Amino acid sequence: MGSSSSSMTNIPDAQQLIQETGFSAAHILRLYERFEFLDKDKRGELRQETVDFASFVRILAHFRPTDTSRTRDGAQQEPANSSTGKLKSAFQLYDQDRDGKISRAELLQVLRAMMGIQVTEEQLHSIAERAIQEADLDRDDAISFDEFRQSLEKVNVDHKMSIRFLK
Amino acid sequence: MDLSVTRRKGCLIIIFIFLSLLYGSRGEIPPKPTSGVTIMPPIKPDNPQAYPDSSKANLPVFTMDYPRIQIPFEITLWMLLASFAKIGFHVYHKITIWVPESCLLISIGLIVGGIMHSVHEEPPAVLTSNVFFLYMLPPIVLDSGYFMPTRPFFENVGTVFWFAVVGTLWNSIGIGMSLFAICQIEAFGVQDINLQENLLFATIISAVDPVAVLSVFEDVSVNEQLYIVVFGECLFNDAVTVVLYNMFNFVAEMPVVEPVDVFLGVARFFVVGLGGMGFGILFGFVASFTTRFTSKVREIEPLFIFMYSYLAYLVAELFAISSIMAIVTCALTMKYYVEENVSQRSCTTIRHVVKMLGSISETLIFFFLGVVTITTEHEWNWGYILFTLLFAFVWRGLGVLVLTQIINPFRTIPFNLKDQFGLAYGGLRGAISFALAFTLPDNIGRKQLFVTATIAIILFTVFLQGISIRPLIEFINVRRTNRNLDTINVEIHCRLMEHTIAGIEDLCGQWSHFYWKDKFMKFNNRILRRILIRDNRAESSIVALYKKLELQNAMEILDTVSGDISAAPSIVSLYEEKKSSAKPKKKFLTSDLKNMHDILSKNMYKIRQRTVAFTSKHALPNDRHTKEILIRRHTSVRRSLRPGSFQTTVVPKSHKYFSLPAGKSLDSKFPPARLSYTDDDETMSELAYPSRRSRFGQPARSSSRAMMPLRRLDTLTEAPSVDKLDENTGREKGRAGSGTPRTNSSSSDSRVPAPRRHFHSSVDNDSGSADNVRNGQHEAVEEEPQPPSPAWAAEPRDNAAQNPLLRRPRWNPKM
Repeated sequence: MGSSSSSMTNIPDAQQLIQETGFSAAHILRLYERFEFLDKDKRGELRQETVDFASFVRILAHFRPTDTSRTRDGAQQEPANSSTGKLKSAFQLYDQDRDGKISRAELLQVLRAMMGIQVTEEQLHSIAERAIQEADLDRDDAISFDEFRQSLEKVNVDHKMSIRFLK
Repeated sequence: MDLSVTRRKGCLIIIFIFLSLLYGSRGEIPPKPTSGVTIMPPIKPDNPQAYPDSSKANLPVFTMDYPRIQIPFEITLWMLLASFAKIGFHVYHKITIWVPESCLLISIGLIVGGIMHSVHEEPPAVLTSNVFFLYMLPPIVLDSGYFMPTRPFFENVGTVFWFAVVGTLWNSIGIGMSLFAICQIEAFGVQDINLQENLLFATIISAVDPVAVLSVFEDVSVNEQLYIVVFGECLFNDAVTVVLYNMFNFVAEMPVVEPVDVFLGVARFFVVGLGGMGFGILFGFVASFTTRFTSKVREIEPLFIFMYSYLAYLVAELFAISSIMAIVTCALTMKYYVEENVSQRSCTTIRHVVKMLGSISETLIFFFLGVVTITTEHEWNWGYILFTLLFAFVWRGLGVLVLTQIINPFRTIPFNLKDQFGLAYGGLRGAISFALAFTLPDNIGRKQLFVTATIAIILFTVFLQGISIRPLIEFINVRRTNRNLDTINVEIHCRLMEHTIAGIEDLCGQWSHFYWKDKFMKFNNRILRRILIRDNRAESSIVALYKKLELQNAMEILDTVSGDISAAPSIVSLYEEKKSSAKPKKKFLTSDLKNMHDILSKNMYKIRQRTVAFTSKHALPNDRHTKEILIRRHTSVRRSLRPGSFQTTVVPKSHKYFSLPAGKSLDSKFPPARLSYTDDDETMSELAYPSRRSRFGQPARSSSRAMMPLRRLDTLTEAPSVDKLDENTGREKGRAGSGTPRTNSSSSDSRVPAPRRHFHSSVDNDSGSADNVRNGQHEAVEEEPQPPSPAWAAEPRDNAAQNPLLRRPRWNPKM
């Protein structure tokens, strides 16, 4: 995939992406090559969900391994690949309607997608119930981001949500 | 004081055993009975022991024939002695915290060896190659392999093998070379040791065996990565060691080493390693397949596990490939499938016996290490031995450092310096080195020196490092792991993250272990499980964890109720804490209550008769009867629990609610029984549990499922004075805050008087979604435990041997 024709100039908004996501230039290049590879129709976007390259990179930025040694120089926002960033991206996988909470229906949807073929609706409901009960601290029958974060506080999210090669 | 009395008794017993041993250990125990011991009936007149040798003898009234039983007798006595030593250590428990058990065992062995030496006895020849490698080593390795945590292992498999293989090579060659260099110095007088012999010796002492360290790591809960790397390295470096040992052994006898031999050595290593794994996997699959058909012969199920793993070991030994790898892989492969096929009892038995055998083997080995230390002839050479010690440390440290630097970039969680220190310092030597040293061929000139040096290193590392590693680990504050990850949320979210990562990796075109794991799981589910497991119902780990958590809660509830209720494990998913916070008060008809009591006491009481009067010779106690009761009760409870279910009914297939060890999930499919709500009155009178009603009286938050029953219940008139038990307790909990995990909430229930809770818990035994409605109220509402309201506290709590249910009626007048 190492086509010599792609260079940084071909990639739109390269500099801005580097700034935003913390990837190095080489990485962006590599991701662009991969993007091109996936984007077989040369439509500039992937699949039907119109992920353009910038979004592609931004999403992937979440999965970069955390730089533990980097000092925070008072950046305005959390870098995308910090623990919080990773948690946020995981949270968004649940929270489709972006209301900041995982409702029971959303949780059920994810559970169904993950295990739907193996378990009955009954079990899914039970599990979703239990999950909400365990995490839901303010009793609003939904899991907010803070509750989500708290339920995962003992898990090494950095480890689980990192792809080594993106470093 | 009890303690001192026990200690004195222990000492007396030990001394008694010594004396009997001394009497018995006359001469070595050969692995096979030699001609000196005749196995003959004791009546023969040429038996020297008991009888005057007159030609016409009267009928002997009392004879003794020691040689006949000598071997098994002595084996048993040695085992008992070692086990008594183990008991003795735990009398004063502080000892075992600071001094690892292996040190204590070696010390006792030293003492016994000293005693034997002073009376000029020979120790039993336990350390012949055959006895050790065929009888004493397999149980230990099986124990390690069976209880290896598989998930962290497979996540770190690359690192484990890297350290095991390359690390051992590095150590052996490094130490061998440096020792050879030392040998050149004339001052030490060891010039006659050539390079091959040095390398051979180096191989022997580079086999790490951090048994003591592992237990310390477990106690301190070091982070998973460090633990699994040390564990895995210990297991798998045996393979490398044995290969190198055989290779150098072979080579040591050859006058000239040619490059082709080195190449052959490498090839041999691969044959040995991969062959061992291959055999292990093969036997593992055969064992799993066999257990698929053992449902009628439950009594001998555990036998298959042991026989197959041992067979794997022996077959590997037959082909001189790594038997340790074979048995470990066999155990790893087998465990997953077998535990789904065998019955609960067999599963427990297997685990228990594996642990027991491993423990006794290990105890014996360390014990004999101590004994043999005293009783062998030693050849001491200050220079050689001290330098060996030095090089062992230095090369291990260097090795860990260098290897970590190389492998860290490939790891998601790199090892920091503290981890590396733990890894390096945890390199104790142990049993393998010991055995290998003893099996050195005699044509090596300096065999005694090697044996002495090996023993010196083992003692040094075990005592010094073993004792000091605990304070050091705590001092440098190695990263700890958090063990309590058992919440359903964590499981769900982790699973989601894994899926995501697998998908993203696929997008990026990069494959790492998530991808392979995913692929393997698919293959597993589609093909392997179909073949190897009897009822193949693929169960997601989330569901398994859910069941396990529910069961745990249930057992906790029952555990705190009354200790004598042996039916506790038979009730699944008791949710007495799942009481709604703000339920309207419902009252009961007294007749309903009476019915409840009758039914419950009938069923519960029957279940308690679990122990059979006798056990037939060929069959395990038949618990079908209790199962039927369970099923009956379960379905009858379910019938009342599922009013107006919105799903079609699914009849539960098989309910096996035995007592499960903590890690095991229920092996029946999660019963989603939903029988339609047929008749109001019938079900209400049969099982009008208060909890049901409480559930029905929920605020709007509950799902629509509960709505129908609520309407129906409203029509019931109820006795005015009966407070709903669960309401109150629920309200207590409701008063408490929210958001404790379920396990905490169930422990808070202990404040509630026992009979009430029991009443509830006996009632709430379904694990279906009806509970979730209750869940919605209870779980979210609980926090810190509240003291029970005074009205309840007044009731006397007699949790004596009476059936708590039969006490129930006393509760009524309180209303």
